[in-house]
Amino acid sequence: MNIIVLGLNHRTAPVELRELLAIQDSRMGEALGRLMAYSGIKEAMYLGTCNRVEVYAVVEKGEWGFRQLEDFLVSTHFSLSSEDLLPHLYRYSDDEAIAHLFRVSASLDSMVVGEPQILGQVKEAYELALTHRSSGVILNKVVKKAISVGKNVRTNTRIGEYAVSVSYAAVELAKKVFSNLKQRVVLLVGAGEMGKLAAQHLVNQGVKEVFITTRNHHRALTLAERFHGHAVPYEQLQSTLPKVDIVICATGAPHYVISKDDIEGAVHYRMNRPMFLIDITVPRNIDPAVKDVDNAYVFDIDDLKAHVGHNQEERLKEAETAEHMVREEVGSMVAWVRGLEATPTIVALRKKAEDIKQGELEKVFNRLGELSPKERAAIEGLASAIVNKLLHGPVVTLKSEAQSQNGFAFIEAARRFFELREREIHSGEVQLLEDETGDVVGEETLPQKDGV
Amino acid sequence: MGFLIPEMLSYFTMGLYFGGTLLFLLYILYRSEVISKISLLVTGLGFFSHTAALIMAMVSTGHAPIMTFKGAMSFFAWGLVLVYLVVGLKRGLEVLGAFILPLAFLSLVSATLAPHETDSIAPVFQTVWVHVTLSILGTIGFAVAFVAGLMYVMQERLLKSKQFNVLYFKLPPLDFLDSLNQRSILFGFPLLTLGILTGAVSAQLTIGSYLSWNSEQFWALITWVFYFVVLVGRVTAGWRAKKAAYLTIVGFAGVILTFVGILLKNQQPLSPL
Repeated sequence: MNIIVLGLNHRTAPVELRELLAIQDSRMGEALGRLMAYSGIKEAMYLGTCNRVEVYAVVEKGEWGFRQLEDFLVSTHFSLSSEDLLPHLYRYSDDEAIAHLFRVSASLDSMVVGEPQILGQVKEAYELALTHRSSGVILNKVVKKAISVGKNVRTNTRIGEYAVSVSYAAVELAKKVFSNLKQRVVLLVGAGEMGKLAAQHLVNQGVKEVFITTRNHHRALTLAERFHGHAVPYEQLQSTLPKVDIVICATGAPHYVISKDDIEGAVHYRMNRPMFLIDITVPRNIDPAVKDVDNAYVFDIDDLKAHVGHNQEERLKEAETAEHMVREEVGSMVAWVRGLEATPTIVALRKKAEDIKQGELEKVFNRLGELSPKERAAIEGLASAIVNKLLHGPVVTLKSEAQSQNGFAFIEAARRFFELREREIHSGEVQLLEDETGDVVGEETLPQKDGV
Repeated sequence: MGFLIPEMLSYFTMGLYFGGTLLFLLYILYRSEVISKISLLVTGLGFFSHTAALIMAMVSTGHAPIMTFKGAMSFFAWGLVLVYLVVGLKRGLEVLGAFILPLAFLSLVSATLAPHETDSIAPVFQTVWVHVTLSILGTIGFAVAFVAGLMYVMQERLLKSKQFNVLYFKLPPLDFLDSLNQRSILFGFPLLTLGILTGAVSAQLTIGSYLSWNSEQFWALITWVFYFVVLVGRVTAGWRAKKAAYLTIVGFAGVILTFVGILLKNQQPLSPL
């Protein structure tokens, strides 16, 4: 059994490729179903954000699993071939996969280290996996832990303070076009998380007016209330453009919602008053050709990344502390996962029973005083018989069920019923294990640090 | 001696402006903010000695030293530095110095290189003096518009090509540059208009004709028409932002050509426009 992750992110793949792999929430059920249909994949979770697409899976055999995940990713979009995709993919298994997920959720692998959105995105990905029943005992435990590690890092380091998040880079860029944002009118298209954040930053800057339009008008109304703005029917998007100075696009639609012609018309209508557009989603929603329109300035997520790059150094120190926290948690998680093999669980169970038996026998012998060897043997025999008969059922079940689809659930259940701790399961190999986990999170084996 | 000291002061000033120019160029290439303080100090010192030189020249001749090409250029440079010190300090826009100071320095150099003319012709009529002063002030307005246009074009290119380098971070927002451009023209244009009118009146008084169609007058009128069209175009046809920036760059190139033309064709004392 292996935990593996196959994916690409803002460092390994351009936005054009990332957007091809984006899967809408509404189609996630189908996608996860397709994923689970591969033989050998026991659990799976799809994590897709603007900056990364990753598939986490629990598989029977690592190598085989990677090939199936590759096949899955290639088939998400008809125009993809494995030649296009393979050079951009990274693969981690077991300890490294867990370490990677923890780093992702602690925002250490983000475009902007410490940005707050990723934790919520991991949660959403996990909830989708739960809804579509692709997550099981192992992912449940690992992802929940990843989320708690992420929270922990956020509260116990100052990493978030420095998180001049990507959405804030949008404000900084806007200030290079418009000196006073208080006189500017903003249009938010779509309800994407990053877009809402950027809009919030702009509202905090005191923009004059905010228009919101989403395909689902009810959602626009809710957002309008939140930003003290006006909801605009989606059909009026094009006619609203000339009225606004700043456009934030975050619809999640798989096509362009704003074309070059739209912007050409709007700028003309505005008599060349500049327009500033931020395309904050993957796939992109604003035709990149808009950059050729005079007095229109369009920036996508990679441009924001380039802009943010300049003040990232300060965050290094806090990131170091966070890396340390992550490393510590990875160690105990790896131990738990290893314990999920049937044999060590059975060994631990037997050892625990044996310890209890010996302890009780000792107490009884002390109380009874002098006993003949025959009497002692009879009592010992009785104790052994009870223990063995009690354990027989669970051990047989564990052995047989361990190979089944729900195997991990049985093992986990046994460990809870009998209160077996990870350490007990590995009692014999504790020292060995600690050495290994030390290796696991050593510098060389950790995924490369963020683009700092 | 009374003649030599202003001369020495103006070389001293030139040296300081040159130093300021170099420092400002360093400022836009490197991230350090300290350089701007030093270059500001050097420029301030230069402005001080420049002012002293102008005052001494004024005392020695008895009138404002702007009746020669040399004097006019020097006054022009002085005005530019003044604008920089006022706008740059008020707005915290040290970067403006990197564009205005080279222009001021070059003007001062061309003033020094110009053949020396004894400032013998004291203005017969006050109108000539007014005409020259207004024209120079108007030209300063166009020069600042030119600088704003140049900065606009640079920042526009950096934004379009997404090069977030040191210059990008130091250049002001586009709309500020556009409004500086517009305000500079709005400042320069009425002054030029009045300058031309007083020039025509002076011509009437001295040679008995409002318009003699010499190259100086011709180019002055062309300049006037050009900036008039630029101003009207902004309001009626949306010639703002990038287009306005390019137009003011072209316009000022025309102004410079006028200067050069006057310098080459006419060795008599006259006004810059």
